[in-house]
Amino acid sequence: MTAPFVLLVDDEVPFVETMTKRLEKREVNVETAFSGQEALDALDKSRDIDVVILDVKMPGMDGIETLQKIKSSHPLIEVVMLTAHATVETAIDGMKLGAFDYLMKPCDMKQLMAKIEEATHKKRKQEEKIREARVQEVISKRGF
Amino acid sequence: MNDEKQLANPYYQSLNRKIILTIISVSIIPMILVSSTIYLQFRSSYHEKVYDHLRELVGKHKDDIDNFLRERLTDIRIMARSFGYKSLSNESFLQERLAAHQQEYGPYFVDLGVINSKGEQIAYAGPFKLGKAQYSDAKWFNEVLRDKYVISDVFLGLRGLPHFIVAVRNSTDDQTWILRATIDFVAFNTLVENMRLGQTGFAFILNKEGKPQTGPITKPSLSTLPNKNIYNEFLSNSSSNPKEIHITVKPDSANHESIYVTAGLKNGSWLLVYQQRVADAFADLDKTFKITSIIMLLGPLAVIIMAFTLSRMIVKRIAISDEEKQLMNETVVEAGRLASVGELAAGVAHEINNPVAIMVEEAGWLGDLLEDGCKDENIPEFNRAIKQIKTQGKRCKEITQKLLSFARKTDDTVQDIEINELLEELVALSAQRAKYSLVEITTNFEKNLPLLKLSLSELQQVFLNLINNALDAMEVSGGSLKLATRQKEKYIIVEICDTGEGIPEANLNRIFDPFFTTKSVGKGSGLGLSICYGIIDKMQGKIEVQSTVGKGTTFNVFLPISSEDLSGT
Repeated sequence: MTAPFVLLVDDEVPFVETMTKRLEKREVNVETAFSGQEALDALDKSRDIDVVILDVKMPGMDGIETLQKIKSSHPLIEVVMLTAHATVETAIDGMKLGAFDYLMKPCDMKQLMAKIEEATHKKRKQEEKIREARVQEVISKRGF
Repeated sequence: MNDEKQLANPYYQSLNRKIILTIISVSIIPMILVSSTIYLQFRSSYHEKVYDHLRELVGKHKDDIDNFLRERLTDIRIMARSFGYKSLSNESFLQERLAAHQQEYGPYFVDLGVINSKGEQIAYAGPFKLGKAQYSDAKWFNEVLRDKYVISDVFLGLRGLPHFIVAVRNSTDDQTWILRATIDFVAFNTLVENMRLGQTGFAFILNKEGKPQTGPITKPSLSTLPNKNIYNEFLSNSSSNPKEIHITVKPDSANHESIYVTAGLKNGSWLLVYQQRVADAFADLDKTFKITSIIMLLGPLAVIIMAFTLSRMIVKRIAISDEEKQLMNETVVEAGRLASVGELAAGVAHEINNPVAIMVEEAGWLGDLLEDGCKDENIPEFNRAIKQIKTQGKRCKEITQKLLSFARKTDDTVQDIEINELLEELVALSAQRAKYSLVEITTNFEKNLPLLKLSLSELQQVFLNLINNALDAMEVSGGSLKLATRQKEKYIIVEICDTGEGIPEANLNRIFDPFFTTKSVGKGSGLGLSICYGIIDKMQGKIEVQSTVGKGTTFNVFLPISSEDLSGT
């Protein structure tokens, strides 16, 4: 499996920077965004993103709203929510809206990596299925 | 002991006074009204009764005396007609008649005399030696010649003793003669003297000139003796209508208020006067008045004592319940404070979590680097990470310190407060929450405001609450929150103006009610504004609110400046 491509979204710049370094060291491709809108823009630009790591609490467009928009425009992309204790409820709301999972912030790197891999795996499997379905469709149309 | 101290509080003292006054006025005024009405009614009817009684008494005696005089006159008229001049001019026969009369009717006649038309006494029977007395100059003699009958006034006459006579003129056997009898003065006096009532009531008779015709047996003091000036009026009154009985009240010669009852006798030529001092006549009334007065004195006294005890009990009870209420209020305020702190904490938790997350990541990154071994090229990265951890640590410290200043227990000790400083702190504390709600906080503080002498934690609570509410109102839409302070007369006015959803007019006068909330269940206790109101009210300030739905809400908090500070600026 090729390295997962992650979009990291958080309004805390130092957090994003350090996390990027750590993820890159673990051979994850990282794209960053500092607000919900930036995240949506980044997704529109780069089609290879597998997983979005999304902070729930952000000024302006918050995590939940961003999640809804991501899910509606890029349904295959998996979203892992990052949340503080006080906003666990919001994270659960996020799961209901189709988030892959949530993690308490600050999070354990091993756990995070595991989630990223799981999510990437799931996303790619879905894509595989879709591709196969398309192939099947083409084959049946061609009449093989 | 604590109670005593509380009761000394001016509020309770004035309450105490009010209760006492109410009880006293409500019970004593009707009591006075009722008693005085009853007393006055009783007095007037008693007066009437006494006057009626006296009128009756005097009337009866007047009749008795008139009858007595008429009877005596009749006696000698019958005597004269029955026996004639011849028999009566015989002294021994006359003596016999006198004895017979005295035996038959009582010792009313002292003596009898037969007098011829020239005034010479022909015959005499009686205890005095008046043999050939000459009466031609006597007043009564002239009167009897003119009027046929006479009852004379009292005079001393030949015998030198006060007496009066009845005489009748007869014309028989071709000559005019007169039969005369002397009335026993003592017996006659008894008729009048018997009229004695109480201690000062006595009666007497006056003639037309105002000379007394009877004298009290028990020697009355000079002061009570008939005074001519006083009686003249009666004399002139009574002659107009001799049948009438008059009652007047005027001071007697010794200046005691006295009742005078007068009635005409002898067709108005004599006057029966009954005199009694008012105090004596109304002695019973006086007694009643004294009893009433004692009751009127003791009753209110009892009422006053009761009023004092009762009001003290009531006020004590009120003081206790006030204290309990105060305690309860404190509990509610404390609960409200914790609620607002909790609300704040939710916002702050995320704020703390961010730097913590950064620090953990930096630490993780350092760990990652160390796994590769100590390479010199990594040293700047180490330094950067350590600096970042320090920065984020400081951030945490600031937040926790801000939060700690609220977590302290409420104390309402009064201290000097710089209101602008307090608001700045609160703004800093709320900044993170505001940022997530896209609310811009602007401040416009008037400089050099006087210090407030109020409780810091209470003020913090009030403004934290108001700011939280404003941020709640703008949570969805964002907006701007303006805080302004200014001084106006003896208040510092803090204006908190949001551009949130506004409060519907129907709710506007309910927002300060406890447990009134429009937030969903579990989100708001409905205590926040009610507590704010309570705190500000306690400080003798006030809160005003204006709101337009869709445009926003403005709270104006008026904080009183203590008078000494006011004079200082």
